[in-house]
Amino acid sequence: MRDVAIIGVKNTNFGEMWDRSFRDIVVEAGVGAIEDSGISGEKLDGMYVGNMSGGQFVEQEHIGALIADYSGLSLDLHIPSTRVEAACASGGLAFRQAVMAVASGHEDLVMAAGVEKMTDVSSTAASAALAAAADREWEGIMGATFPGLYAMIAKMHMHQYGTTSEQLAAVAVKNHQNGSMNPIAQYKNRITIDNVLNSIMVADPLHIFDCSPITDGASALVLAPADIAHEYTDTPIYVKATAQASDTIALHDRRDITTLDASVSAGKRAYEMAKMTPADIDLVEVHDCFTIAEICAIEDLGFVKKGLGGKMTEDGETAIGGKIPVNTSGGLKSCGHPVGATGIKQLVEVTQQLRGDSGPRQVDGAEVGMTHNVGGSGATAVVNILSRKR
Amino acid sequence: MSVARFWRKQINRYNIVGTHCKTCDTHYYPPRNVCPKCRRDGDIEAYKFAGPGNVVTYTIIHTAAEGFEMQAPYALAIIELDEGPRFTSQVVCDPKEVSIGMRVKPVFRKLGESGDKGMIYYGTKYVPDNDRN
Repeated sequence: MRDVAIIGVKNTNFGEMWDRSFRDIVVEAGVGAIEDSGISGEKLDGMYVGNMSGGQFVEQEHIGALIADYSGLSLDLHIPSTRVEAACASGGLAFRQAVMAVASGHEDLVMAAGVEKMTDVSSTAASAALAAAADREWEGIMGATFPGLYAMIAKMHMHQYGTTSEQLAAVAVKNHQNGSMNPIAQYKNRITIDNVLNSIMVADPLHIFDCSPITDGASALVLAPADIAHEYTDTPIYVKATAQASDTIALHDRRDITTLDASVSAGKRAYEMAKMTPADIDLVEVHDCFTIAEICAIEDLGFVKKGLGGKMTEDGETAIGGKIPVNTSGGLKSCGHPVGATGIKQLVEVTQQLRGDSGPRQVDGAEVGMTHNVGGSGATAVVNILSRKR
Repeated sequence: MSVARFWRKQINRYNIVGTHCKTCDTHYYPPRNVCPKCRRDGDIEAYKFAGPGNVVTYTIIHTAAEGFEMQAPYALAIIELDEGPRFTSQVVCDPKEVSIGMRVKPVFRKLGESGDKGMIYYGTKYVPDNDRN
């Protein structure tokens, strides 16, 4: 297998973009990543696009072809383009497919992108589309919602470990603090613990400010074999590991309600692949679709003992400047969560951090970063490790 | 959910019928045709569950799923049947009464409907088993 490097990245702005279409935003991200890499589009050997549900959000399937076409890579060039889906982990999967294509030697210059356009439908329709990431026949039919499933994880975490609503809220407060320094973030406002606790209850114990929003956005990056990465950029960021794991589709079938075994398994595989431990990681972008999800993630990835994620957050150890900065982008909570794009956005954020390009939210001396992307309530997890050093 | 899709699992939803693997003596509800522990060595048969169980975890849903607006707030829970398997259902009572570990028993209830003229879905919800709490 060949070593692989990221040579170009781009996030669009994240938010409610009434004036822009699905194809507009993903083309902006793709063109931006190509520009950042210094390659020319016709040099691409392939594209992998993460998208959860074009079918439900914009009544569009055949996403791969659409994007290649509107990027100017179909007519004459006929560059292969593949859509990849694993609910909210679609972006992470697209990256992994792209890395494997380059590592295997089958393709050289490859784009990995992610996109979701969620605000063209009502929020009720968007929620129904997202619910399809859970078990439609045995969870959805009983009235389960996504906040409801994560609320059941939160309730159990509180019961077993004494985690508090204030500790959940501390995740949102910290992520808004980080997001306030990210120019692409959907919500750049800072919030307080009281703001979270006084916001409306969605699914007890999760308030609306414990939940990530509905977002439009796209992200893209360009990969190259590590041996030629320096031909394109002075700061290639190397892919040290890309790992994926599966678990039961329904929350009720999990071994342990408060552990995402897919996260644990993908994390272990990634650490093994990179020959690293949690102590080697300087920052991590985790999948905080709900505040409890960030607490479970930092536990499942080995940054803190099971049950102590809430306390670690409350103590400020996951803030920029803390022991392990978590979600410097603002995370899904503040930066926004265009579901198919999120996995790629996390990689763009970590790449920019490792390049030293993150401005006021820069983690000093960041050398190694991790991303963690989850599909559904934990049925798919993707964990990647990036490094400045090969 | 389409008529056929609901109808296929009607007996399972109405009667709490799942499956049982004779090889490893594990019970499954919702039903599985392949035992995840034994896979091809498994020997699956239909199994009717007794019904009662415990609340493993729960939430009170205030922002309802589409079609459940009239029910909000409602208690969604993961129930562990006495034979072992866990599944998702609602606990029908004052949501404030629900707690982790409480004993519950099944009741036959309407789950939802496909609009004014569509089919009505029925299935199993749970109520507190006050004799045993």
